[in-house]
Amino acid sequence: MDSEEEYMSPISTDDDEIMQDDSGDELSGPDDFDEDDFDEPDPDFGLSAKDMDKKKTAAHAVSFKVLEPSDIRRQQDDMMNDVNLILDLTKEDAAIMLRYFRWNKERLLEDYMDRPEKVLEAAGLNSSSSSQPKLQAVPGFVCDICCEDEEGLQTFAMKCGHRYCVNCYRQYLTQKIQDEGESARIQCPSDGCGRILDSRSLDLLVTPELTDRYNELLNRTYVEDKDTFKWCPAPDCPNAIECGVKKKDLDKIVPTVECLCGNRFCFGCANPDHQPAPCDLVKRWLKKCADDSETANWISAHTKECPKCSSTIEKNGGCNHMTCRKCKYEFCWMCMGLWSEHGTSWYNCNRYEEKSGAEARDAQTRSRTSLERYLHYYNRYANHEQSAKLDKDIAQKTEKKMVQLQTTSGMSWIEVQYLNSASQALQTCRQTLKWTYAFAFYLAKTNLTEIFEDNQKDLEMAVENLSEMFEKPINELSDPKLKVDIMDKTSYCNKRRIILLEDTAENLAKAKWTFNADLMNGSTLLLNKH
Amino acid sequence: MSTKRITKEFAEVSQTPPEGFIVSLPPNDSVHTWHITLQPPPATTFYPGRFGILLTLPTDYPFKPPVVKFVTRLYHPNVTNDSLGNVCLGILKAENWKPSTKIASVLEAIRNLLIEPQPDDPLEERIADEYRNDRATWEQKAKAQVTKYALEDPVFPATAN
Ligand SMILES: [Zn+2]
Ligand SMILES: [Zn+2]
Ligand SMILES: [Zn+2]
Ligand SMILES: [Zn+2]
Ligand SMILES: [Zn+2]
Ligand SMILES: [Zn+2]
Repeated sequence: MDSEEEYMSPISTDDDEIMQDDSGDELSGPDDFDEDDFDEPDPDFGLSAKDMDKKKTAAHAVSFKVLEPSDIRRQQDDMMNDVNLILDLTKEDAAIMLRYFRWNKERLLEDYMDRPEKVLEAAGLNSSSSSQPKLQAVPGFVCDICCEDEEGLQTFAMKCGHRYCVNCYRQYLTQKIQDEGESARIQCPSDGCGRILDSRSLDLLVTPELTDRYNELLNRTYVEDKDTFKWCPAPDCPNAIECGVKKKDLDKIVPTVECLCGNRFCFGCANPDHQPAPCDLVKRWLKKCADDSETANWISAHTKECPKCSSTIEKNGGCNHMTCRKCKYEFCWMCMGLWSEHGTSWYNCNRYEEKSGAEARDAQTRSRTSLERYLHYYNRYANHEQSAKLDKDIAQKTEKKMVQLQTTSGMSWIEVQYLNSASQALQTCRQTLKWTYAFAFYLAKTNLTEIFEDNQKDLEMAVENLSEMFEKPINELSDPKLKVDIMDKTSYCNKRRIILLEDTAENLAKAKWTFNADLMNGSTLLLNKH
Repeated sequence: MSTKRITKEFAEVSQTPPEGFIVSLPPNDSVHTWHITLQPPPATTFYPGRFGILLTLPTDYPFKPPVVKFVTRLYHPNVTNDSLGNVCLGILKAENWKPSTKIASVLEAIRNLLIEPQPDDPLEERIADEYRNDRATWEQKAKAQVTKYALEDPVFPATAN
């Protein structure tokens, strides 16, 4: 089996390495991605041969690149320069043409070579003179927008010749840019004229602040116009991700990407990382949970009663191993079963046992069974979501713990990093576990589901073990033996997670999973709707 | 802001209105609200109805499009079948509107919409389906509502400014 290092690398730590592949002047824009708009089979999911050779890539990982604002600007500038050199167009006009062609340089060049006049007209650049735009007072002029006609009124017209007073032009542009957030396709104010405003005209007409906003918006359209680009959805993050996974592939792969800001999200649907469940199932599941929230709400409650003495027990950590303060009864928060039976055998706490056919004859029983089944999965899904939050609280305390550890044990900052890794592993694994339950809910029972549930069970156990160690008081944490245990468990958790993701991803890519037809129907969403 | 433009447009449209339209200003009101009556051409579904249309010009007109509402009820895929009378009109959408577009063009567009509904861009999904799949029933219901609501002079709401 591959080392953990190799498994983890495409998504976890070394984006830098992936980025360096393209750091030369070789552009990774539409050249690599846009040429295959057609539906040819794309088994590599956007991995270029180069990437494939470089390292064996895991089935659950996709190759991607993080673009910072400077990268985004540079890519645009490079393409404008290319077009400016190849075709006899000013840089402004090259920019308009590129935007019109949604930054598909090859198609622009091809179409332009074929029928330059037609292409120019379509992009709103009817005649190609390169005279500087200027303001002008025209004798006898009446502005068709405001109907002002005073002597010496400053006016402006683009090459289409539709002339308006400068005040109207300014107000029009301010509204388009500031209120409507438009940039790349602002047309001439004349009714029916498709001429698109170029940045030199804009510079002449508006204040520098508005020009800044305009350029910022232009940057946005560059990313939004390309299917292979997506903004990182983290609030205030200015980065974009480039990834070759196409919409039509989303039933075969779950493209989790990670931004430099640390945000892990799905390139397909921009939701937080939801491996192993494919985007369409996620959409269905989230909708179902929203629709059924009243039924399910009581389940995810923070407090439950001790199964033995009925005193109220509050969960304040991620760990499912509960001990009643009053009677010392140890039980599992998920299934309320005796904990000692979980220890090694974990008597199928994760698995939903289907009722036999005879039992589920009448409609009422069937509907109760289907609710029970849903609640089984929802319960576990919601619990991991909850636990991840609690783990996060703990992670914030981890920082403090690490400082304390340094003073009490004399360990260095580097030496206490294992707590940080443990906390990271817990969060990531719980995120995965959470979605395994949504995934399992839609799975029809086959021999593959058994393997899946075994993997799920193994990951559950690994996570519970680590979670329990992680919540130990600080004086126990400084025990060197516990440190080694935590480090072992951390890497074990990560390994179990990768095994589970690899298994699901491989079968997803080969369309081997069978989904429960009853649950997939009766909804407006379809797995292959693109 | 653009009183000059509005005054000029009103003068043009009220003196030589597009076919089928009568345009007036409500008594004692600003030029920002127009009372419009439309009678669609003979041999069309909504003839001989007379439909009241309230056209409101926003303060930043003509940079923002006018707001158009039917005050007479009608059974139409692109007009809400209620007392609001909201209209879905392509020319009035922010992405299509240009400050040089004239109200006369908006009126033309409204008349065309009554002559030929656009079921692919509906406000009333159910009426649009009926229009597409059971034209006779739609026609019958539309006519019935003309008789019920549109034979009298339209009554415009008192403008509260
Ligand atoms: Zn003007
Ligand atoms: Zn023009
Ligand atoms: Zn980010
Ligand atoms: Zn997704
Ligand atoms: Zn108890
Ligand atoms: Zn359990």
